Formats: sequence, structure tokens, C-alpha cells
Amino acid sequence: MTLEVIGFWILAVLLVGSALAVVLTKNLFHSVLWLALALTGTAGVFLMLQAEFLAGVQILLYAGGVVTVVVFAIVVTERLVGETLSHTSRGLVGGATVAGVLLMLLVNTLMRTPVPAVRIPFEADPTHLIGRELMTRYVLPFELLAVILLVSLLSASYFARPED
Amino acid sequence: MGLSAWLILAAAVFCIGLFGVMTRRNTVGILLGIELMLNAVNINLVAFSRFHGEVTGMVLTIFAICITVAEVALGLAIVILLFRMRRTAMADQVDWLKG
Repeated sequence: MTLEVIGFWILAVLLVGSALAVVLTKNLFHSVLWLALALTGTAGVFLMLQAEFLAGVQILLYAGGVVTVVVFAIVVTERLVGETLSHTSRGLVGGATVAGVLLMLLVNTLMRTPVPAVRIPFEADPTHLIGRELMTRYVLPFELLAVILLVSLLSASYFARPED
Repeated sequence: MGLSAWLILAAAVFCIGLFGVMTRRNTVGILLGIELMLNAVNINLVAFSRFHGEVTGMVLTIFAICITVAEVALGLAIVILLFRMRRTAMADQVDWLKG
């Protein structure tokens, strides 16, 4: 057992366990906290795949930003009705069947498809390459992304504006 | 660890997220399931990028993360708006389009 295999299994158990907790806990607030753990576990996956920059982005944007915003939304909506949100599930059998069948199909296909088993080294530091690609080859999508962020945040604040 | 191990891990997380989307009644719960699914896709992109020695997948992951953040902000704004109009966050009770 190399260090990589041990790390992979620790991360796999952490990710799958916290993801299951997100979809199965009764308390909505606990669900969000488990999601934060799952997102941090994903940052660990990125670290193991030598994407240090993405791991940082993941923690700052997802585990920091998204979780905070979701917690805010829960607190605001609970205050609006003055009662704790119920967080029940329905159609458990149907959902489990569809998800299980899809997982079996995916694993079956992945097992039969030849994929590379060894890592081809990057020609330079990945963070350096990401920055260069963002500013040269992908500069147009990058600028478009800025517009999308502006529009979505403006419309979000418009939707959630105070009642007049 | 070969590429397929990471892909299977991502597939498992994706299916758990799908299960959450299909079974949760609360709209915020459904959003959390979508988060899990998008996260699994990001793992796939980074894994492919790493094993092919090609940085394009990581650039795409940055785009995916940014779009997800925008989606969450907008989705939660819609949830709050829904609360104002209907006093509910249950997806089942949002059936205005039902004839």
C-alpha cells in the first residue's frame, strides 16, 4: 500500500460518507454542514491530483462562499415563517433505484473502457499553465464569465429585494 | 491509483447527488443535491486533465465552479422569493402551472 492508495481510500470514504449524510439527514442545517465537509474533501481530491490552485479556489468559493450563502438563506427563510424548516424526503425507493441503476451502468462502462493508468507529467507548473491558458486561449470565455457573474448576482439581488 | 478509480468515485458522488435531487422535498435540499452532482463533474474534469497532462480540464473546472456559484446565488434568491409569495419551501407545493 503506497501513500497514494491510502490517501485515495481515506478521501473516498470521507466523500461518499459525507455525500450520503447530505442527502439523508433530517435536519436541513446539518445537511449544509455535511455538504461543507464533502466540498472540503473534494479540495483534498484536487490536492491529490496536483491541482493546488483549484483546491484553494474550491475551499474559498465553495466551502467558504456557497455554504455561507446557503446558511444565510436558511436563517432568512426560517425567520420569515417563524418555524423550523421540515426537511423530509419522498420516493426513497424510486430515487434509490434510479441512482443505483445509473451508478451500475457508469461503473460497468468505466470498467470496460480503456483509460490511462499513469499520469503524464505537465510541461510546467499547473497553476502557471492555467493562468497562461486563461489569458490567451480562453480569454473570451473568461470575459463572458465575468458578464454571467455580474448578471446573475444583479438578478439575485433583484429577486431578493425588500418588499415595497 | 489509475484514472478509473477517480472516475468511479466521482460517479458514486454524482449518483448520491441525483438521489438527493429526486427525493428531497425542500427546494434548498434539492439545491444541495445539485451542488454534489456539479462537484462530481469537477472531480472528473480534474482527473482527466491530470492523467492526460493537459491543463484544459482544470481551466474548465474554474469556469464550472464560477457558474455554480452564480447558480447557487440565483437559486437561493428564487427560494426566498418563493417563500415571500407562498410561505413554503416545498417543491411539491409550487404547482402554479398545473391546470
